[in-house]
Amino acid sequence: MGSDKNMKILIVDDFATMRKVIKNLLRQIGYQDVTEAEDGIHALKELKTQKIDFVISDWNMPNMTGIELLRAVRADSELSSLPFLMVTAESLKENVVEAVKAGVSNYIVKPFTAEVLNEKIKKIIEKQ
Amino acid sequence: MDVRFINPFLEATIDVLKTMAFIEPSPGRPYLKNDNLAIGDVSGIIGFTGAATGSMALSFSEGCILKIVSNMLGEEIKEINGDIKDAVGEITNMVSGAARKKLESLGLSISAAIPTVVAGKGHSVSHIMGGPSIIIPFETEQGPFVVDVCVGEMK
Repeated sequence: MGSDKNMKILIVDDFATMRKVIKNLLRQIGYQDVTEAEDGIHALKELKTQKIDFVISDWNMPNMTGIELLRAVRADSELSSLPFLMVTAESLKENVVEAVKAGVSNYIVKPFTAEVLNEKIKKIIEKQ
Repeated sequence: MDVRFINPFLEATIDVLKTMAFIEPSPGRPYLKNDNLAIGDVSGIIGFTGAATGSMALSFSEGCILKIVSNMLGEEIKEINGDIKDAVGEITNMVSGAARKKLESLGLSISAAIPTVVAGKGHSVSHIMGGPSIIIPFETEQGPFVVDVCVGEMK
């Protein structure tokens, strides 16, 4: 995996604005190499065609949700160890349990600050 | 209307705007509203069911939402465009999510639908339960916005 600030991050969210918001937060904490996808299906295409080091994905999306994307990533031998941070608007226990079972690296609840995002990313990288 | 529903929405709104847009809005005195006319220029509306059925709308004045979204995106937005509508939907979603979390800690579990966004001067906000709704007015340096909550009978 690319080291720290040089890694390539894929942001997956159906709201273009939310992708921009996360991109802006990432820029504030020093991550410049960012690419985007509007749902799980597009994200998988990106993951297959370019080298991605880290995924930040929304939970609720049309076509292919974040949890479906996570399962697809974990089931793919080439992508299975990819760091995966799930973003959601609510911290329902059953959602957390489902994401952990599916192999999520960590979980972040909206709204969040750049500092919180940085902490989550750091923790995931340390565990890798 | 059960007043326990008001504070979670008020607190969630402040939390979301402080965290995502670095804006600290000051709440005013809540009041009852009987018509459908929106107070702002762009509104996000979301319905919910569960411990109670109802809906919440966030209605922003143009100056206020332009500043909020500009701060969120880290770039200046000068007019109400697709980015603004998208962001209002997302803010509505986040406020609803944060309020639901707070309500859950009070033993009131609700689930929410997908937000819709309406823009334009004099647009209307229709609540699932009809009305009246409680308006929590907020002031920011760039203009006002309101949280408009309408909750029906609790189960």
